[in-house]
Order: sequence, then structure tokens, then C-alpha cells
Amino acid sequence: MSRLIRTLMLLLLAGGPFATSMAQDISGNETRSLDGQVQEIKSDVLGIASELSNLEERLLYPSNTQVAVFVAIEEDDDFRLDAVKIEIDGELATHHIYSYKELEALQKGGVQRIYTGNVPTGDHQLNVTMIGKLKNGSEFNKTDQFSFAKGVEPKALGITLAGPGLGKTGIHVGDW
Amino acid sequence: MFRAPFSGIGLLLIASLATSPIRSEELKDLYFGEALYYAHQGYYFEALERLDAEVSQHAGLDEPELDSFYHHMVDAEFSLGDFELRYRMHHRAGRAITAVLEGAVDEVVRNDAAYRLARIHFQKGQLEDALLALERIDGKIPESIRDDIEFLRANVYLAQEKPAESFEVLKRLQGSDSFGGFAAYNLGIAYLQDGQRQAAVEQLDRAGQIETDDPADLAIRDKANLVLGTILLEDGAHERAMPYLNRVRLDGPFSNQALLSAGWASLSAERYDRAVVPWSILAEREVTDGATQEAMLALPYAYGKLDKHGRAAIYYGRALDAFGAEVDKLNESIESIREGRFLEALIREEIRKDKDWVIRLRGLPETPETYYLMELLATHDFQTGLQNYLDLADLRKKLVSWEASFDSFDDMVAIRHEHYEPLLPDVDGKFRELDSRLRLRREQHRMLVKRRDDLLTTPRPEFLATREEQAILARVAHIEAQLEDVSTSPEAELVRRTQRLKGLLTWTLETEYHERLTQFDENLRKLDEAMVVVQAQYDEFVRARQAATHSFEGYETPISRLRGRVSAAIQKVDLLMKRQGRQLEIVAIDELMARRGRLEGYRDKARFALADSYDRATQAQARSDVQ
Repeated sequence: MSRLIRTLMLLLLAGGPFATSMAQDISGNETRSLDGQVQEIKSDVLGIASELSNLEERLLYPSNTQVAVFVAIEEDDDFRLDAVKIEIDGELATHHIYSYKELEALQKGGVQRIYTGNVPTGDHQLNVTMIGKLKNGSEFNKTDQFSFAKGVEPKALGITLAGPGLGKTGIHVGDW
Repeated sequence: MFRAPFSGIGLLLIASLATSPIRSEELKDLYFGEALYYAHQGYYFEALERLDAEVSQHAGLDEPELDSFYHHMVDAEFSLGDFELRYRMHHRAGRAITAVLEGAVDEVVRNDAAYRLARIHFQKGQLEDALLALERIDGKIPESIRDDIEFLRANVYLAQEKPAESFEVLKRLQGSDSFGGFAAYNLGIAYLQDGQRQAAVEQLDRAGQIETDDPADLAIRDKANLVLGTILLEDGAHERAMPYLNRVRLDGPFSNQALLSAGWASLSAERYDRAVVPWSILAEREVTDGATQEAMLALPYAYGKLDKHGRAAIYYGRALDAFGAEVDKLNESIESIREGRFLEALIREEIRKDKDWVIRLRGLPETPETYYLMELLATHDFQTGLQNYLDLADLRKKLVSWEASFDSFDDMVAIRHEHYEPLLPDVDGKFRELDSRLRLRREQHRMLVKRRDDLLTTPRPEFLATREEQAILARVAHIEAQLEDVSTSPEAELVRRTQRLKGLLTWTLETEYHERLTQFDENLRKLDEAMVVVQAQYDEFVRARQAATHSFEGYETPISRLRGRVSAAIQKVDLLMKRQGRQLEIVAIDELMARRGRLEGYRDKARFALADSYDRATQAQARSDVQ
């Protein structure tokens, strides 16, 4: 984004004091009114999205069976996460390969909802595999098994991943 | 003349807006983290959707302080405003940030919010409000935005045409890492705006010599030199202008304009041989550039002044061909825009994935118009219109995909309905039977518990008699009743025997009472446990039964309502896209027509000058032959 802005900035500067600005031509009531209406429709669509999410959740993931798995990473310059695999009760729940943008978002403190699904109430097994690369270029691969209990409330499991350099357990699962 | 720098200032502000969304140091709520995950990737719609839902859900809680989201509430409200701002929803962003400002928040957070609000007002051209928001900043200011605040303040003064007010602010920013170069340039422009021409020249001279290797600072340094050279050129100080124009890098974004001005400076000083040098370089550059086109005409003019009419004729000929080709290209471009290809290109997914997609547009062979629209594409208003158009296109894509999902929802509900409906009457019948049995057992359990509790306070040994003992006791009571009417002695013996028997039983019940009560209590505790298990199974069954009903009942109305809302939104988006697209097309066509008009003018001049050069070359040749 900043590169784009910078490029645009340079372009605009290039227009500089000599350019004929078209800004005045397209500004005015029409632009303002359009901009206002675009903002309104954005608001409407956000409202629809929210209602739709509620409906989807009720329809697809009722609270008594809902389980959601989230992934966060510890800050670690020596380790780059490439992929994560999640299995619940021995069945593959999801497998995710990270793009640069996603990894950057995780590094900045974002939390990814990697899986939402349904499991019956009771005890379950969660297998988490993290695949990545160390700073020296060697592959790093780790799998850990955890158990969790599903009650009648929606279950949220937060997985925190860390590289081997941090001296902690690589995979940590917390109950939220 | 002095309006132009503001376009630069406007964009400098956008550059300062491009800070990262807030990083929550200690994350306590996964859903807030999820919103940040989207925001950090630039998916502000998704971020807003998640965060909106969380904030509203949190607001409905009876004890919000027990919720993990509570710890992020201030951050979340702030982030809402931030995301809305980034998603170009200024109306809502302003409201959200004002709410933070008016809440009981930390000084640092309040100052950050005031700064963001000021930026929104500035962007909307509400300069007084921007200043008022800046005035609310007081006390501890976050280090990361200290310079941003001052730079914004200076820009507001400049936009208000109060350059003198901005002097001190801009002077303080001269050493800033992020704004030093821009502040140096803007200070020069502020002096110019204030009529202090000499101070402006000195300041722009300083801005034009800043040591840097940052591309943005290098560009602003070039711009300072170019503006300074142009000022001196306008003042007629052609020789003085030259060094500043020569300072502009030959590969920078201002090089074409600098080369053109350098040529004009030499020509004005009647140094035609020197004018030829920059114009020769420029004439070989990208032909769509306005400065290049002017140089293509100016170069043969300079050769003409040098009495090199033959060479001038060749260059005029080249210019004529080039202008003709460009006019054709512009005609095609105008036609292409009218056919809607420009807008199609703008929303192409593979182009927009690139960070520099606006630049990459130039590389699309099917959109030749973009060659001529780079300046237009970079203007703030066009960018706003363009971004709105792109946002609308994204919204449309989402809405269409949602619209398609409603049919799947309907199918899902219908399948569940078909599956459960025939099963449920039987299940319900069995459940009713089970339910009445369970109710009876619950009542029995309750009575037993009550009896145990009563026995603890008032011992009643007969209550703990076995079934056999109870039968004997009943028999004894019956015999006693029969003997009550008899007064003869043999019957008196019977009474004694009966009393003995009764005494024996009472002895057993009394002596074994504590042991029996303990056993009774132990048995009851086991029953308690069994009742808990039964109750849990009962509850689970009730939940499963409810879930079965909930899986297909109660969806018709929300699905139908959402279907209607989505359909209405698609119609509205289509209408807005049409209007926004039309507006962009009109502006683009106007720009291209203006460029075509200018090129046609150049072509006419080139045609006339070509003929004139031929005449002069022929005359010169004739004179040379005579001699």
C-alpha cells in the first residue's frame, strides 16, 4: 500500500506546479453526492454481512456443536511459518499454506480463524502440525497432540505457534 | 500558479495516513485479533464486519467486564474509526473517533483520536474543524505521530492560505526524519504564498540540496529545484535558473519538465545551441508525455534558429508523424473508453493484486488510454472516484456470491426438514413416555431426600423398617386391634405375647436405627449420582431435540429478508457503479480530448513549420549554389 501511495505521490509531484489539475473538473456536488451514497451502501452491505454471518452461524455451526480454531504466532525472526495442518479426532480439519501477506498480518499481532466446524459434546483430540523454515534455511516440522472438551457452548481454541529458537514449546493451545 | 503545490500537499497527507493499524500488544480476545488479521492485510471490509459484530455483541452483555473483549474495548472503538477511515467511510469514521474523544480515555489515546479526526476533516476540506480537532491535542502525545500532527497543522494553514502561520511549524519540522524533505519544500512554497519571494528562493535552494537517498525525498528535492528554476525563469533570470534545473536528476519523475524548462531557459537567453542539448534528450523519451511532445516541436525550432533548416525539417517531419500517430491513438483510446474497456481494465483482478497496479495499467495493450491518463489517475479526486468504483465492484462480487448461497441455504433447510419431520413424531411420543417416568422418579427421589432430612432431625425408626418388618408390624397392629374388645384371661396372654413380639421388633428397629440410617443415606447418595446422570442425559436429549427443530425451523423469514436486502443492494450498487463509472469515463475522455486538442494544435504548427523549413532549406541551398 505504501509503495502504491508513494508511486502515486511521485506521479502527482511530477504533475507539480505545471500540471493542469483535473481535480476541479470532477469535484462538485455530483462527486460529493456519489461519495456519500457509496459510503451509505458500504454501511448497508456491512449490515447485510453481519446478519448473514449470524444466519450462517446458526445454520451451519450451532453453538452446541461449534468449534473454532484460531492461530497466532510468537514474534520470532529466526523462524518463518509456511503451513499449518489441523486434525480433529484423527480427521483432517484444515491445511493452510501462508502467503506473505497473511504471515505479515500474523507477525503484526493478527489472529487467523483457521477452522470452524462441528463436533459433538464430549472429549476430543486435536493434532496440530506446523511446517516452516529456520533462518539457516533448514526445514522445521513439529506436531503436537492436545485434548479438549466440548461442552454445550461454542468452543474456541487458540493455537500459538513459536519457532524453536524461543525456547518454549513450539505449539501451545489455549482455551478461550 | 500557487494552487498546484497544494495538490502535492494533499498527497503528502495521504502518505502520512498510511500508518499501520494498531497492534494490540497483549491480545486477550481472539475475535479482536481476527479483525486485526484482516486489517493488517488491507481487508477492511472483513475487519469491520468482525469488529462491528464483536462490539455490538459486547454492548449487549449484562456483565461486560467478565468478557475478554472488555480489555480491548477502547482499542476496538478506535480501530473501528481507523478501519472505517481506511475503507473510505469518512462519515462513520468521524462519528467513531468523536465517540472515542468524548469517552473517558487515556490522554495518549485521546490525542491520537484527535489527530485522526483532524485528518478526516482536512481530507473533507473542513479546515476550521481540522484545526479545532488539532487544538484538542493536549498533554502526552504518542512519539509516532508527533511530526504527523505538526505536518498536518502546517498543511491546514497552507490550505487556509495562512502561510505565515505555518512558518514556525514547518521550521520545527526541518530536522524530521519522515517529513524533513517535504517540510523544507512546503516552507519554500509558504514563503512564496506569503509574497516573500527572496526567502522562498533561499528556502527552495536549501530544499533542493537535501542529502538523501530516499526516493520520496529525492523526488521532493527535484521538485524544489524545478519550482525554483521555473520561478527564476518567470522572473527573466534565465542564467540563474539553469543550475537549479540542472540539479534535477535525469532519471527522476521531474526530469522531463526540467529538461524542457532548461531548453526554454537557454532559448530565452538566445543560446540556441545549448537549448538543443536538453531537448534532443527529451525528444527521444516517451512520446505520450506532454513535455516530450513540446520538445519535439521546440527542438526543430531551435535548429531553425541555428539556421539548420534541413535538420529542422527532418525533426518537424518526425514530430508530424509522431503527433499524427498519437492523435490516432487518442481517438482509439476515446473510442475504447466509450466502449467500456477502461472500466473493465480497472477492475481486473490480476492487475489489482499488484501493489503498483495503477502503473501496471500502462502495460495493458488493450487499454492504450492509460498512457495518457497517468496524471489524471494520480489526482486525489480521480483516485477517490476510482477507489469508490473499485469498492463498488468488490461489494458487487460479494453480494452476488451471497445471493447464490441463499439457494443452498434453502436446500439445506429443506433436506433437514425432510429428514427430521417423519422421525420426530415417534421420537416425541417416546420422549413423552420417558418424560412422565422421569418426572415420577424425580418426585420419588425428592420425597426420599425429604425423608432422610426429616430423619436427621426427628428419628423415626419405623420408617427404616424392612418390607418384612413392615408386614409384621402391620399384622401386630391388626391383632392388637382385634384384642382390644376382649377381657378374658387367655386373650390377655395373647396381648402379652403380641406386646412381646412388638417389643422385639421395636428393639431391632431402635438398636439398628443408626446403622440403617447410614445405609439409607449411602444408598440415597448413590441415587443422587444416578439422578445427575439421568438429568444430564435428559438435558442432552432435550437439546438434541431442540437442535433438530432449530436446524430447519425459523429460517424462512431471515433468509427471505436477507435475499431481499441483497437483491436491493445489488441494484443500488449497479446504479452507483454506472454513475461512478460514467463520471470516470467522462473525466478521462475530457482529459484525452484536451490532450488530442493540444496535439492537433502541435500537428498544425509542425505542418506549417515543416513547409517553412523546407522553403528556407531550399532557399539556403539555392543561395549556396549561386555562391
